[in-house]
Amino acid sequence: MSLLKPGHRGCAGCCDALAGKFVLDALGEDCIVVSPTGCLEVFTTPYPESAWGVPWIHSLFENAAAVASGVEAAFKAMGKMNNTKIIAIGGDGATMDIGLQAISGAFERGHDFTYICVDNEAYMNTGIQRSSGTPMYASTTTSPAGKVSFGNPLNKKNMPAIIAAHGSPYVATASVAYAPDMIRKVKKAAQIKGPTYVHVHAPCCTGWKFEGSKTIEVGRLAVETALWPLYEMENSEITGVRKIKNRKPVEEYLKAQGRFKHLFTMEGGAEEIKKIQATADWNVKHFGLD
Amino acid sequence: MRKRMVVVEGSYAVAHAVKVCKPNVISAYPITPQTHIVEDLSQFAADGEMNCEYMNVESEFSAISALIGASAAGARTYTSTTSQGLALMHEALFNASGMRLPIVMTVVNRALSAPINIWNDQQDSISQRDTGWIQLYAEDVQESADMTPQLYKIAEDEDILLPAMACMDGFILSHVYEPVILLEQSLTDEFLPDYTPEFVLDPKNPMSFGAFADPSTYTEFRYKQEKAMGVALKRIEEVALEFSEKYGRYYGGLLDGYMLEDAEIVIMAMGSVIGTIKDTIDMLRKEGENVGLLKVRSFRPFPADEIRKALKNAKVVITLDKNISVGKNEGALCTEVKACMYNNRDVLAPVIGFMLGHGGRDIPVSTIVKMINKAKLVEKGIFIESEFADLREDLA
Amino acid sequence: MKLIIKTVAKPGSTRANKTGAWRSFMPVFDHKLCSKCGICAIYCPEGVVHKLENGFFEPDYEYCKGCGICANECPKKAIIMVLEGK
Ligand SMILES: Cc1ncc(C[n+]2csc(CCOP(=O)(O)OP(=O)(O)O)c2C)c(N)n1
Ligand code: SF4
Ligand code: SF4
Ligand code: SF4
Ligand SMILES: [Mg+2]
Repeated sequence: MSLLKPGHRGCAGCCDALAGKFVLDALGEDCIVVSPTGCLEVFTTPYPESAWGVPWIHSLFENAAAVASGVEAAFKAMGKMNNTKIIAIGGDGATMDIGLQAISGAFERGHDFTYICVDNEAYMNTGIQRSSGTPMYASTTTSPAGKVSFGNPLNKKNMPAIIAAHGSPYVATASVAYAPDMIRKVKKAAQIKGPTYVHVHAPCCTGWKFEGSKTIEVGRLAVETALWPLYEMENSEITGVRKIKNRKPVEEYLKAQGRFKHLFTMEGGAEEIKKIQATADWNVKHFGLD
Repeated sequence: MRKRMVVVEGSYAVAHAVKVCKPNVISAYPITPQTHIVEDLSQFAADGEMNCEYMNVESEFSAISALIGASAAGARTYTSTTSQGLALMHEALFNASGMRLPIVMTVVNRALSAPINIWNDQQDSISQRDTGWIQLYAEDVQESADMTPQLYKIAEDEDILLPAMACMDGFILSHVYEPVILLEQSLTDEFLPDYTPEFVLDPKNPMSFGAFADPSTYTEFRYKQEKAMGVALKRIEEVALEFSEKYGRYYGGLLDGYMLEDAEIVIMAMGSVIGTIKDTIDMLRKEGENVGLLKVRSFRPFPADEIRKALKNAKVVITLDKNISVGKNEGALCTEVKACMYNNRDVLAPVIGFMLGHGGRDIPVSTIVKMINKAKLVEKGIFIESEFADLREDLA
Repeated sequence: MKLIIKTVAKPGSTRANKTGAWRSFMPVFDHKLCSKCGICAIYCPEGVVHKLENGFFEPDYEYCKGCGICANECPKKAIIMVLEGK
């Protein structure tokens, strides 16, 4: 049975619950999990209940990496660091925006831990506000599409590259739609000494506006359209890429989600979709996905 | 046995006291005038004199956050900061206390920006009053050092489990060279038991720390913190006595009186200004004036009962504050002392609040005499509620 | 009463909260169509699809929220979603 126990309050079809489950499947019992504030933290631990079957700590929204580094330092100092894996699991907002400095510090200090970003591409816990993980033209509650706007005007921040630039020995992207691949990468990241990073694409039915039954399907489409390339980097070099057999046009991914609906109804939407297709094409070239 | 005195910098005496408390994890980030403490600790670590993880973090926010993780993992933890650094920690201070993690931190008191100013006042720690941390204020270097093992013992008490700040005035105490007794390792080992918390992050006994509390459970977390502060009120006194038995030094527990019994005018203050006040009292006593001192050592928990008892015979009370609540025209000690008297008929003495020493402005004996003279005017019906005691007329 | 509040929560204690009540559609597993691949168990966000002794899979309806991921992902279309109370 999963170490993330049922009874939690995640939405039906929740991507974050899947990500949490896969991480624990990969790690087993001998780990300590640090969660910043966010959906996964809130819906798993309504006091006095907890869904976590492993030791777990939540402190604040922006400090998970620092807390994890303190746990690691304590274990080292007290001679308890046998095989125990120390893991932080944060949302895109906690990781790419408000917690970035603490993550940078922890990676630079070289703590032996793994940081996992569960990227559902917005601040979901507070109601789908835009973050630096939100992709271009997604409509969110703070970057809504409107008469003169196609939604979020900015490109997604390239977080894996930022971590790789810290000299991390292992950086990987993954998706909740590819469970065996994700579990393998989390395991590998945890086993490699030093600060490692896995960035997990996590389609959120509530925030992206699709039916809960389609969480995996939407995640698969992101990979199949090359909008979410799956790759591994070791010491800043790309060492593994998941090739795409029959690449799909980005429209298939976009039209599956309410957050991009306006692109298909607004005048000029088709032109803007071309820009998103260009991003996918760039990914194909850059990562050699074909 | 005569104890050996050495002349060292205040920061060194504190760093040495931290060392003999054997913390497992220290996190550090530089800021004047706290820096010498963490520098000295890093040297101890570099010389192999400490068996601990010394973390150079990227901000004070991470300094305290790392200790939250380390403390939850069962480690004894230490950091030190000042002013802007303490303000940056603000959010995490509540968190450490709410999670009941007995982190000990030396706050080297300094003014807050703007205008930026590196010198001493106590606005920084006073502004963290409501974060749920124990706060003791030291009078001199020796007390600043001796407070460290005392605070570990209090904070780690299983009926308390609250984080604690040892507050020492920046430069005045941190950078002064004074003869002190460095805390003996053997005595400290006897005085301070190991930290063995019941709940820790442990894969063999998994627990969840920092859960989300809704309206049906949140209030009791606060209530229990308050109860723990109540226990701390007793333990601060007891631990001060235990310390004095072991090391032969005593600075008061919650409070300390000086020439208090027959004093008609009582000055209340915290920190290094106590020394100047004592000098002033000695001088005025010779002139036959009934002036005394009530040193406030513990600001949190606030010893309201003890203060009322100590002030029973006072005719006028003067409070000194190196801080201000802008918009209240008062410092925190003044407000709190007045508040603790309102519902109690034992003390009828009026309280006059003086704010002074901001941003490192010197507090000479003459300023204290001036305040005492103003207190004497109460008899003649001239009463000041609260004012700045050391304004420069040319700038004001 | 102990003075310190138990600031910690017990592992796995959300099990007290039976989320099966959330369901409006119920997944029904047809073992005749099932190939025992286990994909339904992997992708259930509640982690409540179990392997039976005979190798087939069934959800724990006490917790199943009826999200329909299992039905959507089943390669054999062996799971159908049925309106609750029908
Ligand atoms: C300092 C601070 N600012 C803002 C918040 C409010 N807040 C809590 S969770 C959250 C959103 C979390 O977003 P993300 O990290 O992407 O995780 P998600 O909920 O999307 O999984 C926000 C904005 C907070 N708790 N603390
Ligand atoms: S909003 Fe999204 S991430 Fe949050 S609980 Fe619902 S499905 Fe999960
Ligand atoms: S996914 Fe379908 S075919 Fe596979 S085990 Fe489950 S029910 Fe059977
Ligand atoms: S409907 Fe959803 S919650 Fe229920 S068993 Fe299927 S995947 Fe799990
Ligand atoms: Mg998010």
